Amino acid sequence: MRKSIRLGLAVLALYALHQDFWFRDVARPLMFGFLPIGLVYHVALCLAIAGLMWVLVRYAWPVELERAVEDVTRSASSGERS
Amino acid sequence: MIPTLIVVAYLGVVLYIGIFAFRRSSGTGAEDYFLAGRSLGQTVFLLSLFGTNMTAFTILGSAGHAFSNGIVTFGLMASSSALIIPVSLFLVGPRLWALGKLYGFMTPVQMFRDRWECGHIGTAIFVMLAILLVPYIIIAVMGGGTALSAISGGLVPYWFGGGLVAVVVMSYVFFGGMRGTAWVNTFQTVLFLSFGAVAIVLIGVRIGGFPEAMKSLLASETTASLLTRERMPPRLFFSYMFIPLSAIVFPHISIFCLTAQKMSQFKKTVIWYPICILAIWLPCVFLGVAANAMTDVPAIAAKLDARAALAALDLSAGTGALAELQRAAAGDDVILRMLDHYAPVWMAGLLGAGILAAVMASDSQVLALSTMFTEDVFAYYGAKERFGERAQVLTGRVFVVLVTSVAYVIALRAPPGIFGLATQYAFSGFAAMIPIVLAALFWRGSTKWGALAVTLWTAGTVVTTAVLQVVVPPPAAPVPVWTFGGLELITRTPGGTDVLGFMPVVPMTIISALLMYGVSAVTRKPSDATIARYFLSRTL
Repeated sequence: MRKSIRLGLAVLALYALHQDFWFRDVARPLMFGFLPIGLVYHVALCLAIAGLMWVLVRYAWPVELERAVEDVTRSASSGERS
Repeated sequence: MIPTLIVVAYLGVVLYIGIFAFRRSSGTGAEDYFLAGRSLGQTVFLLSLFGTNMTAFTILGSAGHAFSNGIVTFGLMASSSALIIPVSLFLVGPRLWALGKLYGFMTPVQMFRDRWECGHIGTAIFVMLAILLVPYIIIAVMGGGTALSAISGGLVPYWFGGGLVAVVVMSYVFFGGMRGTAWVNTFQTVLFLSFGAVAIVLIGVRIGGFPEAMKSLLASETTASLLTRERMPPRLFFSYMFIPLSAIVFPHISIFCLTAQKMSQFKKTVIWYPICILAIWLPCVFLGVAANAMTDVPAIAAKLDARAALAALDLSAGTGALAELQRAAAGDDVILRMLDHYAPVWMAGLLGAGILAAVMASDSQVLALSTMFTEDVFAYYGAKERFGERAQVLTGRVFVVLVTSVAYVIALRAPPGIFGLATQYAFSGFAAMIPIVLAALFWRGSTKWGALAVTLWTAGTVVTTAVLQVVVPPPAAPVPVWTFGGLELITRTPGGTDVLGFMPVVPMTIISALLMYGVSAVTRKPSDATIARYFLSRTL
């Protein structure tokens, strides 16, 4: 499977995990004695999203676009000097 | 008195940062004023971009919503934004930045005009974006007046508070441009981030910890559901995932993407964005829910009484009694009430500064409107060539004064409900326009006619929904407005309007995407040379 498809599926998986119908009417256990499980789940989801963003940056960063801009900027500044 | 003085001192610091401390422009051109010379560093870029997206709702509204609806508020507005905003920033931000750097764009409309070889359709998109943005600026001035009046206990009148906030924002945007605005936003975001943690620790210590409070909520039939999301219908919960799609379409966010010094600055920004959301929203939502157990605070006890009366209200009593009880039960000021009761007086001042920081997020909106006007109208229609770049920047500054002054005058005269409604549907409008942004950057086959179809569809649906909400007043229980074959297509609810149980943003966005695809498929594409300039990279 292509890398972009795998990463797209990972984003969709987190999108689906956001709809946590399994905790819809559940409050217990209270984590640390005061945080309802449904809230803790969404906090964990936020941390997982940060992890996903790291993966996207690591494996799907538009490197070619970045290089294209660097090349154009470099040639423009060398043109200015000459 | 002390909170008022802290807030006034805060406004002074903001003015200093915006006008003097960071007015280190390297030039006097339009790019320097409107985009900080595309030179913002990593920390300022991350914190300012995040702060630009925070509004008064983040602190006050989120706690108020959680007070009435429970922990669902976090899933509705925080974790949904924590996913959608960084992903859309990751996909769109670096590409916008690169195209801006390569072709000199300063606004998204410039890119649309170039990408689809169109002039007037670009103007139509500019008008739509500008109209959707204006209510936010008016709301901010109103928020400034209300907040200063509340913090000072009525010592500062509404008209003076709104005027003071408007003048402060106008001054640092006028003098400091994007650089001043970005540094002020950075300072405000640091304040936001520290506020939640400090508030939760102070209140937690004073009430002897939160476990007892949460157990008491669980023990009562009326409050136990606040610790779950059973009160929120699943379709409505799903609908909220569409709202954050608006973020990258907001002109102040898309223009801000062009200010980064390097493309790589988006990397840390998208990774840290969900963490920042967590740090700000979790304390506000948690305190909002916990407030339901703090019946020793007289103002909160009164709200709970009003809520109980609302639940037992005989619907034949009329909408007047309903609206009155809804107002009395609303929880927008619960954090303020808790801090008044439990925290030292300086904390109330810090909160006031935090609220004003949120209200003053209008600075980037005013600047974005000014940037769009000077680039998409003034420069596009030849005035820049005729009068020069210095005149363009001067026009931008005059526009800032004009927009802020008009917003202030309207804020003094208009009833608040009108603009609350406008911003509610502006979110849906911006979200429905995301197919334009994605098609421009990712689809070679997209055309200007597809973009025009999306713009007209968005304008039509935003106006229709707003008119419907005004014509059909909020009922006590959902009322079908349009039924077809026994199916309730459109329903007026106490909080808004539903389409097949979803919020209007869902069909608006899906139909926008279909229009972009369908209309583009049957109309003429731009030249190959133009398309080639936009697809330098095939990565992802």
